Amino acid sequence: MTRTRAPLYFAAMAALILAVGFLQSWNSALSILNMGLISAIMALGVNLQWGYAGLFNVGVMGFVALGGLAVVLTSMAPVPAAWAAGGGRVLLALVVGVIAIVAAALTFKRLPKGRIRGAVIAAILIVGLWAYRTLFDPAVAAIEAVNPAVTGYLGGLGLPVLLAWPVGALLAAGAAWLVAKTALGLRSDYLAIATLGIAEIIVAMMKNEDWLSRGVKNVNGLPRPVPYEIDLQQADWFLTLMHKIGMDPVTGSSIFVKLLYAGFFLAVIVIIVTAMELALKSPWGRMMRAIRDNEVAAEAMGKDVTGRHLQIFVLGAAIIGFAGAMMTTLDGQLTPTTYQPLRYTFLVWVMVIVGGSGNNWGAVLGGMLIWFLWVEVEPIGAWIVGLLTSGMEDGALKSGLIERVAYMRYLTMGIILLVVLRFSPRGLLPEK
Amino acid sequence: MDLLNALVAFTNFVVVPATAYGAQLALGALGVTLIYGVLRFSNFAHGETMSFGAMVVVLVTGLFQSWGITLGVLPTALLALPFGMLATALLLLATDKAIYKFYRKVKAAPVMLVIVSTGVMFVMNGLVRMVVGTDDRRFADGARFVVNARDFKAWSGLSEGLAIKTTQVITVVVAMLTVAALFWFLNRTRTGKSMRAYSDNEDLALLSGINPERVVTITWILVGALATIAGALYGLDKSFKPFIFQQLLLPVFAAAIVGGIGNPLGAIAGGFVIAFSEVTLTYAFKKVVTYLGPDGWAPDGLVQLLSTDYKYAVSFSILIIVLIFKPTGLFKGQNI
Repeated sequence: MTRTRAPLYFAAMAALILAVGFLQSWNSALSILNMGLISAIMALGVNLQWGYAGLFNVGVMGFVALGGLAVVLTSMAPVPAAWAAGGGRVLLALVVGVIAIVAAALTFKRLPKGRIRGAVIAAILIVGLWAYRTLFDPAVAAIEAVNPAVTGYLGGLGLPVLLAWPVGALLAAGAAWLVAKTALGLRSDYLAIATLGIAEIIVAMMKNEDWLSRGVKNVNGLPRPVPYEIDLQQADWFLTLMHKIGMDPVTGSSIFVKLLYAGFFLAVIVIIVTAMELALKSPWGRMMRAIRDNEVAAEAMGKDVTGRHLQIFVLGAAIIGFAGAMMTTLDGQLTPTTYQPLRYTFLVWVMVIVGGSGNNWGAVLGGMLIWFLWVEVEPIGAWIVGLLTSGMEDGALKSGLIERVAYMRYLTMGIILLVVLRFSPRGLLPEK
Repeated sequence: MDLLNALVAFTNFVVVPATAYGAQLALGALGVTLIYGVLRFSNFAHGETMSFGAMVVVLVTGLFQSWGITLGVLPTALLALPFGMLATALLLLATDKAIYKFYRKVKAAPVMLVIVSTGVMFVMNGLVRMVVGTDDRRFADGARFVVNARDFKAWSGLSEGLAIKTTQVITVVVAMLTVAALFWFLNRTRTGKSMRAYSDNEDLALLSGINPERVVTITWILVGALATIAGALYGLDKSFKPFIFQQLLLPVFAAAIVGGIGNPLGAIAGGFVIAFSEVTLTYAFKKVVTYLGPDGWAPDGLVQLLSTDYKYAVSFSILIIVLIFKPTGLFKGQNI
């Protein structure tokens, strides 16, 4: 049973997506597949942290958002006028800010404990903040004044968008390193609260720092690694291909693009899962599981528990950041207001738990299945309610019921999570 | 240099709002701390519990208003508060019976309970959305101000006005009454003492014949009442938005941890520490500085340390600083 279980479940998952294709449209089926693959990668990242090491990260949203930011910073064309207006000054201000913080931290380590130390640190921080704001504020005002309707930000580096994916992983890893340095080694709930906080701060920063990523004005028209539908519809080879298989070129082009994306995402998943499976079977993976199952014993054996935790936390965050960059690339735009903790943090947790924590294939399956349900609960619920209320007279009750269905997905996700935790806590595909 | 006007401006824009906000956070943090002290896990569903309680209060208030029952100058919501507390307590008890009880029986790890509480959070969030939707609702009625800015100016002859909203006064008064009642209960009654004993040392409490299920039941009832009061007061003061309570989770947790999680006194102190730092660091001090500086001079910028969007960064930074330097919190944590 256990050996046939995984292929069986994946076949069922494929059947679900095919059913959407036949019953609704192939476009929606492929959309679900693409976002499902991205969700699966996010779930793989959380699984690395939770399933391999038992680290409770509720800041997934922040790392996803950093991945999105990386797409803008890497692939958008730079805005020369904005750079001329204040690019150098902003960078200088940031350097000054970092120097002040590092100086304060060094002072804390070097000077003996006492009033003098407190006073010196306070002085460094106050002078540093003053210098930072004096440099930063006018530069930001100058940048945001450059054609605010279209740009008003520094732009990116103008590099190919595929490069943004590893850059997203790097950004997320950097943020994770900072969190882990402070919060690892404390109690597990404190790591949870710390990650919750850092995620809120990252999203607040992206909403607020217009010079960096236009804030709530969003960045549209991100470059794509695949051709545009409109170009395909005019390409001769594509038209002949569509003619040969007898498909409408407009629908066909959209499906073709989605298939290309699915190819990219599948390649990424195969690489990540292979790497993670190899890591799990290596001495490193055995050490990780040993630490997870009994930290005290592992420590007694001379394993550096906090160091290994730091390592795995950063790696997991990098995978999540990678997925975040992929998602923003797929969307073609960065909209900071869409980052909600329920959707990007806790939903990913549902995926990991339902799939089976500690099992990479489980994380992939959970990611795809939960994403499918997240999308399809609404139409299915609407269909059921429509059926139930078809005999009812039109009125406040009927319209109210139909309106309420829109919120059913939260309730459903919660119930799924609770039921799995209660009756099958090891998930659909348990850890071997 | 105009010290008096500066003081009034500071009171009006920092002290008064921060006091009300601090009282709301303190009540929220008390709930988190009670659950932590007795059930020993961080309840991520607490924000949604506050949301649910506030929602019942909003609905009952609407019902009373439609019947023409009001409290005159006081908001009708005060009359609806007991109903909200009752409904929330019942919901929490049902949740405990259906979900948490099992994990207590199998002695699950605390982090497991935290994950379970995120599931409860999803369910409660969906429930609230399905009942009232996601719109913004104002349900405060009665007199709007206790002290009106214009009257204050006329009375004091100052150029700076001081306004104190009725909801702010009610927040502080209700919070004080609630906290007094809670402390009386925990320190003076037999049940309260058994709760503290259970939180202090579970095995010893069991040996002394304290019924753990009874302690848990009472804890949930108290938490339901506290969460409803906190949520309703926050909604009265600002407005009721189902989404906002999700975001309150971070400052509430920060308040509980900064004060020392598991310690009620700490939760109150933590609430005010977080609230005052948030408001002070995100307030634009231009007005105050202008009054304090020489005549005819005004600062160029807003003299604002952080934009208001970064208020979460403030609670977070305080949290991190406390965790690094005093991991048990300002007051020693882990007992009620």
